[in-house]
Order: sequence, then C-alpha cells, then structure tokens
Amino acid sequence: MTTTAEHREAGDATIDLDEDRIDFSDDLPGDRIRARGLKTSEVVDLLGAAAGSFCVTWLVYERLTPLSGGLGFGVVWYLLFLATVWFIARERLGALHARDRIVGVVVATVALGVLVPLAVIVGYTIARGYHALRPQFFTQDQSKAAPLSPATVGGGSGAIVGSLEMVGIATLISIPLGIATAVFLSEIRGRLARPVRMIVDAMSAVPSILAGLFIYAAFILALHQQQTGLAAALSLAVLMLPTVTRTAEVVLRLVPGGLREASLSLGGGEWATVRRIILPTARAGLLTAVILGIARVVGETAPLIVTSLGNTHFNGNPFKGKQDALPLMIYRLVRLPQTAEIQRAWTGALVLLGIVLVLFVIARIVGGRGPGHIGRLKRARLARKGLS
Amino acid sequence: MALHSLELAEEEERVRPTQVRSSADKSYRIIARSSGGLTLGLMALIGLFLLIRSWSALRVAGFSFFTRSAWAPGLGQFGVWAALVGTFLIAIIALLIAVPVAICSALFVTEYAPARLRRPLTSFIDVLAAIPSLIYGLWGRAYLQPRAILLSRWLGTHFGFIPFFHTPDASSVASYPSSTFIAGVVVALMIVPICTAVMREVFSQAPPGEKEGALALGGTRWGVIRSVVLPFGRGGIIGGSMLGLGRALGETIAVTLIIAPLFNPRDLTHVLHTGGNSIASLIALRFSESNAFGISALMAAGLTLFVITLVVNAMASIIVARSRSGASTEI
Repeated sequence: MTTTAEHREAGDATIDLDEDRIDFSDDLPGDRIRARGLKTSEVVDLLGAAAGSFCVTWLVYERLTPLSGGLGFGVVWYLLFLATVWFIARERLGALHARDRIVGVVVATVALGVLVPLAVIVGYTIARGYHALRPQFFTQDQSKAAPLSPATVGGGSGAIVGSLEMVGIATLISIPLGIATAVFLSEIRGRLARPVRMIVDAMSAVPSILAGLFIYAAFILALHQQQTGLAAALSLAVLMLPTVTRTAEVVLRLVPGGLREASLSLGGGEWATVRRIILPTARAGLLTAVILGIARVVGETAPLIVTSLGNTHFNGNPFKGKQDALPLMIYRLVRLPQTAEIQRAWTGALVLLGIVLVLFVIARIVGGRGPGHIGRLKRARLARKGLS
Repeated sequence: MALHSLELAEEEERVRPTQVRSSADKSYRIIARSSGGLTLGLMALIGLFLLIRSWSALRVAGFSFFTRSAWAPGLGQFGVWAALVGTFLIAIIALLIAVPVAICSALFVTEYAPARLRRPLTSFIDVLAAIPSLIYGLWGRAYLQPRAILLSRWLGTHFGFIPFFHTPDASSVASYPSSTFIAGVVVALMIVPICTAVMREVFSQAPPGEKEGALALGGTRWGVIRSVVLPFGRGGIIGGSMLGLGRALGETIAVTLIIAPLFNPRDLTHVLHTGGNSIASLIALRFSESNAFGISALMAAGLTLFVITLVVNAMASIIVARSRSGASTEI
C-alpha cells in the first residue's frame, strides 16, 4: 500500500479520526485495515464477479433451461454473483474474509436497493401525471369536468385553494402551540416535562384517521358543527402538533447554554432571554420544524374523509360548506372507473408530490445550517451597522 | 417590582433568582406551561371522546365486539375481530420485509458508507417518509400490483403447502390482486424510514473503543458488527421495529386503496389471496355510508386501534429510551 499516509511524518502510528481509519502503516508491512470504503482490488473483484455471474445466468436462462422471467433472472444473477464473490475472496483471503465480503455486499445492495422504489415512485408519478398537466389545472374546478370529457378539462383549483386554507389554519393553530410546548420542554422543564414529552411521542404515532374521528366527535358532533374546511384544519392541526413540537425541541436544545447564561447574568428576564436570544438563535431550525410539519399534513387524506367530505365545486370559504382538498380530490377520482378521471387523479398526485418534495428540500436546506448561522443578507446588515 | 424584590433579597440575605420574576416572566411561564398541559390534555381528550361516542355501540355489542367478524351495525351484528386480524397480518408482513431492510440501511450508513455519502443517503431515506401515503397507495395499486401478483402466483403455486401461502385456484392470476401481501409490501416501504432512523441513531452510538479493539484483535468488519454493533444496538433494533409496527397498524389510505375488504378471518390468513382488512381502512371505507349508530360502532373500532397503537408505541419508547444513554428521541 503506497498511499499518502506513508508520506506523512514517519514514526508513531496515527489514528485518523476524520476518515475513521486506523493507520498503522508504518509498523505493519501488510495491508492496513480500512473501516470504510473500497479498495481498488475489491472493486475489480466485484465487477468481475458481476460480469461472470451475468454470463452464466444468461447461459442458463437463455440456452440451457426453459426458464424465463425478469425477476427470476435477477434473483439467479444476484445469487450467482454472491457465490462468485465468496469464491474469489476465499481463494484470496480465506473463509473469514469471504464471509465479511459477502455480508458487506448484501448490506450495500439492500441499502442502495431502498432507493430504487423511491426513484420508481417519483418517476412513475411524473410519467402518469404530466400528460394532462396544463395551466387550467390551477384555474378551474371540477364542476365542468364530466366523466367522459378529456382529462385536460377541469382542474383542481378548488382543491388547491382548499388545501392551502386547511393547511394554513392548521399551521396558525399548531405553530404557536407547538413552539410554546417545545420552549416549555427545553427551557422551563420541571416535573411535567417528562409526561409531556412521552405524550408528544405517543401523539406522533396516532393513526391519522383517528385525528379525523376525534374532531368529528369533539367538534362536529359535540358542538353541532357542519363538516367544513375548518373541521378538516383542526384535525390536521392535531397531526401537525407533535411533528412541530419534537423538531422544535431538538433545535432549541442545540442553542448553546452560554448564550442563555450570558443573557440571564446581564439581567435579562426569562421571557426576554427566550424572545431575544433563544428563539432568534434557533430561527432556521424553527423554520425547518414548521416546514416539516406542513409537509407532514399537506398530503394527509384519511382525516379529511371524515371531516371535510370534499366538493366538486369551488368553495373558498373554510368556515361554511364542504370544502375540497388536493388529496381528497385524488382519492375520490382514482376510484372512479373512467380513464379521464383517473388521469385527473394522477395529475393531482403529481402536483401534490411536487409540493411535498419542494417543502422537504427547503426544510433540508434551511435545516442544514446550525443554530446562530449568519446568512449572507444578515451579514450585510450587520456590516452596515458596523458590528461585523 | 424591582423595589419589592430588593426588599425580599434583604430579608432573606440571599438572592434566589428563581423567585424574582417580572410580570412578563410570570405570564411567559404560565403560557408555556399551559401549552405543555394542553398537549397533554389533547391526548386524553382524543381517548375520552372516542370512548364517549363509542359507548352506545359497545353497550349493544358487549364483549362480542371483539370476537365477531361481520360488520353490519344496522343488524346489530358487528365486531372488530376480522379487521383486527387483517391489521396485524398486514403489519407483520410489512415488518418481515422492512426490518431486515432497515437493519441493512442503518448498518450501511453507520458502518460501511464513506463519510461524504452519509448525509445524502440519510436524506434520500427520509424522502421515503415524506411522500404522502396517498401516493404510495396510488403507486401500489397501479404500478406494483400488476407486477407483484406474478410473484404472488409463483409463491402460491410452488409454496401453496405452507398454510399462509395457500391459495384457492393457485394457477390463475385473477386470484391474487388486492391481497394482504401487496398491502404489506407497500406499508413496508412506508415504515422503512422510521425503523432506519432509530436503528441508525443507536448503531452510531456503539462504543468506538470496543470497535477499535475488535479491529485490533484482527476482526473483520463483519466481526466488529456482529460482536459490538449489533449486541449494543439490540434495543434499537427492537424499539425501531416496534415503532414501525405502530405506524404499520395505523396506516390508512394506502391500505384502503389496495385491499378488497374481506370479513372472514380464516380466509384472511391466506395472505396471497385477494382480500384483506384493517381497522383504519374499515373506518375510511364505511364512514360515509354509516348512520349515527354505525358511526358509533366505527368509533369503537377506532378506540380499539387507538389503545393498541398507544401500547405498542409506549413499549417501543421505553425500549429505545433504555437502549441509549439519556439522550432525547430524535425521530
């Protein structure tokens, strides 16, 4: 092994923490242990094994036996590939290393294999949805869309506006409550904190349909209300609350204790400390909490079946009358027999998936910054004040 | 206010900052406390309202609510048994697929992947959790089902002697769509991220000293994983699986879109055959066509589901919390 490690200062062994590898290259003449990654010889082995096993599988499938089918071919190829890898490693390094190699290959293929369904789901939704995606999808409602009219007639404007209003109201309710609970859990603590944290954990696992049933029982039946956008928004708020609270609590804990103590020792009260120091420091993370909460509920369908029922006509008033939502519209249309209706559902699904993925990416970008991160704009503003 | 606190300080000779609070601080504490209490109360309210509304149905059905399979509240003949069996069958199939996959992904991220691949891999697995369950349902119905029934037929034809795989009319493709098995596969995809998140966190806390020790004794990577990482992360594996189980039990829309409702518990156990059931999908399917009494019966089913998921998740939280050292839950 002649790598950069040998050009480093000679002498005692170094443990390279950055790359998780233990480097004893100066003491040992043989291969050094690498805890991660692949050596060139390993890559060559794997490629050779893959090619060889593919050829054998092809021979067996296409020439020697009457077998057929894509899945079977894949499975046989993979098993032969594992066998080849094992034989190569056993010849070279012995049985112990052969087993190690096999486990590594299986773990890696399964882990990377998880990404296949992700790609297929996103790709398939795009492929099914984009044909009928026209600007009219955002401007028309479903009232003019007869079952047999083409899928480019009628759209989801009522559903999109309904979704926006429901999610908006849910956000207005759950953000203050969620962040206040998170502040309670991370700043005030006390005897009540443990049960609250446990309940928030349990709440995030409440099946979404039960949030709908709860609002139906506690709001619609008990207070003699109709099924409206407001009822749907309340059930979404129940689902959003634990996501916001837990994410916000994690973020608030990352605020350095030194800042807190500095503020208190300068005579700032508790409320002043929270408002002027802790919340602004964690602003990016709190924004992530909000976005993740929205992404959690925007595609939620089950509670809306119970609380809002849906509407083919545009209804912009969440406080009166049944209101449509994007997931509800998709759920209603996809179970109809006509191809045009199913096509409309897929167009809606594409829009919904787009919204969720955009929200997720924004949350990742915002959340990638640590607490107290000073962005470009803020740096400029500070520079103008002469503080930076 | 300030004067008052000064006097206090003189009296006690010692400033105890926790007792000197302005009115803003006091109201801040009250508001934060009460939102914590509100969250606590909300959960109790969910259980309470489900119980109140299900009372009339439970009084009519009595204990037979848990043993009967048919669902005809209009005739007074209704019970949650078939839905309960179906719910657990779907969840068990989902776990059988998702747990090995989650263990492999968590191990790959913590032990195998190069450092620069870790963050993107984690993000991609989390995207699986962000995709709405409705889209999983659509995809499972339109894309996965036509492909999965070929595998179902293969299993049904060649392994039909196993009781669970037994399928009447095994050679025909028509006996396999809308089955418990297909619903289980889709739910498995949906719970992989949460299982992976818990296991990844626990695996990454495996003590580095012992890992290095194992390597220094000549252990291979697999040796390190088997002797250090997996034993250390056992609680995480069990807890993560149970959190996944809790999610799988409550999954609604994806299951509703895939299964064809079936109320015969004996036929339900033939998981490859058409027909499945779950409590959540029962509620979603029957809600709009139910009268007041029917809704009360559905509330009772919802209460059953509520109690089950609560117990499963509480157990999972305890196991996960014990398996790590005082850190918070970050799922």
